[in-house]
Amino acid sequence: MNAIAPVSGFLTRYENSRAHLPGHEAARHNAAKLLTAQGLPVPRDEAWKYTNLRSLNGMVFADTAAAVDLPPLGAFADYPRLVFACGKFCETQSRLPKGVTLTRLADAAVAEPADNDQIAALNMLLAEDGIFIDVPAGHDAGTLLLISLGAHADAQTTNFHPRHGITLGNNARLQLIEIFVGAATYVNNPRLTVSLADHARLDHVRVQADSKTSFYLARIEADIAANASYDLFCLNLGARLARTEVFATLAGANAHASVNAAQKLGGIQHGDFTSVIRHRAPNTRSRQTVKNVLDDESRAVFQGRIEVARIAQKTDGYQMNQTLLLSPRAEIDCKPELEIFADDVKCSHGATVGALNDEHIFYLRSRGIGIDQARAMLTDAFLQESLNDVADEAVRNWLIEILSCGDY
Amino acid sequence: MLNIENLAAAIDGKEILRGINITLPDGEIHAIMGPNGSGKSTLSYVLSGRDEYQVTGGSVQFDGADLLAMAPEDRARAGIFLAFQSPVELPGVGNAHFLRTALNAVRRARGEDEMDAAAFLRAARTAAEQLGMPADLLKRQVNVGFSGGEKKRNEMLQMALLKPRLAILDETDSGLDIDALRIVGHSVNALRGPGFSALIITHHQRLLDHIVPDRVHVLAHGRIVHSGGPDLARTLEAQGYAQVIGNAA
Repeated sequence: MNAIAPVSGFLTRYENSRAHLPGHEAARHNAAKLLTAQGLPVPRDEAWKYTNLRSLNGMVFADTAAAVDLPPLGAFADYPRLVFACGKFCETQSRLPKGVTLTRLADAAVAEPADNDQIAALNMLLAEDGIFIDVPAGHDAGTLLLISLGAHADAQTTNFHPRHGITLGNNARLQLIEIFVGAATYVNNPRLTVSLADHARLDHVRVQADSKTSFYLARIEADIAANASYDLFCLNLGARLARTEVFATLAGANAHASVNAAQKLGGIQHGDFTSVIRHRAPNTRSRQTVKNVLDDESRAVFQGRIEVARIAQKTDGYQMNQTLLLSPRAEIDCKPELEIFADDVKCSHGATVGALNDEHIFYLRSRGIGIDQARAMLTDAFLQESLNDVADEAVRNWLIEILSCGDY
Repeated sequence: MLNIENLAAAIDGKEILRGINITLPDGEIHAIMGPNGSGKSTLSYVLSGRDEYQVTGGSVQFDGADLLAMAPEDRARAGIFLAFQSPVELPGVGNAHFLRTALNAVRRARGEDEMDAAAFLRAARTAAEQLGMPADLLKRQVNVGFSGGEKKRNEMLQMALLKPRLAILDETDSGLDIDALRIVGHSVNALRGPGFSALIITHHQRLLDHIVPDRVHVLAHGRIVHSGGPDLARTLEAQGYAQVIGNAA
C-alpha cells in the first residue's frame, strides 16, 4: 500500500465530491479504478525514474480555496481571455472571444484517456471545469489568453484539475497564451487536448509561474493533421515540483510541430519536461529545443522521445537539450530517445551541459558591467535562444522580459 | 597617471612578467613592442584584472589608486579600457543592449545620468557610422558572425562610447587591412589629448604610422629592455628585435 499512498488524498476528495462533479461519471469511475489499483507513478516506472511524487504523500485537500488576483497583463490586457480561478471558470474576469464556439466541460464530449496514464486519469477523476474552444474552418481567431489563477497565499492546501480542449478546423488559426500563477501550496493538474485539421496553425505559449510550494502535473496532447502546424513554447519558472508531458502526433503528411521549452529553476525546485513526438505520416517535421538554467539545489529532467513510424518516410526531426549549471549542487538528468522504423529520415539530437564561460564574464566585466549583472545577461542570452520559434514579436519580447525577471 | 613598478606576474605557476617598469604620464601614448611570447598580452590582462594571472610582485598606481586591488568592472568604471586581441562572441546578447549596459555602468560610476534608449541609439549610430560599420551592427549579437576586422571595429566603437582615461590596445592591428588600420588610428587620435592616455601593444610598426607614440618600450622575456622615442619603432622594423634585444642584453 505504501507505493500508492500519494494518491489517497485525491481518492478521498473524489469520494467526497463526486456528486457535484460535472458529468462524465463512467469515465471518472474508470479513472478511480485505475488509480486505486496503480496509485500514482513511482520511480520504478521507467518514465518516472527521475521524478518522485512522494512529496504528495499524506496531503489532505480542502474542497475550495480563494484564488490570487489577475496578474498585470501588459500589452495583452485588452485581448480576449478565459480566466480560471482554482480550476473553475470565472466569467467576471474573462473577456470572451468572438467567432469561436466555447463549450464547458459538463457539456463537452470528452474521450477517456486512451493510454491508462495515471496523470491523465487523475485529471479525469477530479476535473471540475474546463473549456473547449472550437475555431471554425478558415477563421483566424487572433490571440486568446487562457489564465490559471492558483490558490491565494492564505488558502488551505487544495487541488484543481482543469480539462481544456482546442479544435482548429481546416485553415483555422489561433495564438494561445497560457499563464499560470498562484501563491499557496496546491496541486495543479491541467490537461489540454489539441486537434488541428488540415492546414490549421496553432501558436501556443505557456508560462508556468505557479507558486514555488505548489505541484504542477501537466499534460498536453496534440494531434496534427496534414499540412497543419503546431508551435509550442513552455516557460517553466514556478512550482516546487513540475512535470510537463507533451505528446505531439504528426498524423498527416507535411505536418509540423515545434516543442520548445525553457526552465529557470533555483532553490529546491524540480522541473521535468517530458515529450513524445510521433511522426506517423511522410514528410513530417519536428523541432525541439529545451534549455535549462539551474541554480542552488534545483534539478531538471528532460526526457525527449522521437518516434518515426515505418510509413513516415522523409521525416525531418531535430532535438536539442542544453543546460547551464550555475551551482555545483544543481543536477540535470537528460534522456533523449530516437525510435526509428522508416529508412529514409533525417533525425538529429544533441545535449550539452556546462557552466558560464569565464572569458565571456570577463569581457563584460572589462566593460564596467558588474559580475552579477554579467552572469544574468549571459544566462538570459542562453535561454533566449529557445524563443527563436516564437513568431509573434510582441509575445517574444514579453517572454524575454519575464525571463530576465525570473518570475511573472 | 599610470605608474607600473617592478611588476611581476605568472600564469599556472609560470612566470611571464619579471619586473616591468613603465611611467605613463597623462595625455601621452606609449607603444609596447616585442616578439611573440615576450609577455605583451599578459601585461594587458594583468592591467585589466583577468584573474587567471597571479601578480607575484610589484605595484600599479592608476590616478593614485592601487589598481591591482580593484575588480575588473571597477577598473573599467575608473576609466581603463582594454581592446582585446581576440574579442569573444556572445551568442544571444544583443550588441545594443550590451553597449548601453556598459555605457550606463560607466556613466553611473562617473556620476553622470544614465542614457535612455533613444539617446543611446543616436550616439551609437553616429559613432558606428564614423567607424564605417554597417547599420545593422547594433541589432546583431555581440561579435557573433563578425569578421576579424568587424570585431576590432566593434572594440573601437566601445572605446569611442566609453571614452576611457586609459586605453590598452592589445595587438588591435593584427589581421587588419590598411583601411581598418586607418580607422583604428583615427579612433585613438580622436581621443588624444589631456585626460586620455594609451598603451599600444603591437609587434609591427605599421599601426604607429597612424598613431605616433610619445615613447616606445621594447618588451622581451618579461622585462622592458629598451625605451626610446618614436624612431625606435622604425629602427626595430628595419633591424629586427634580435638586434635591439641583443644590444640591450
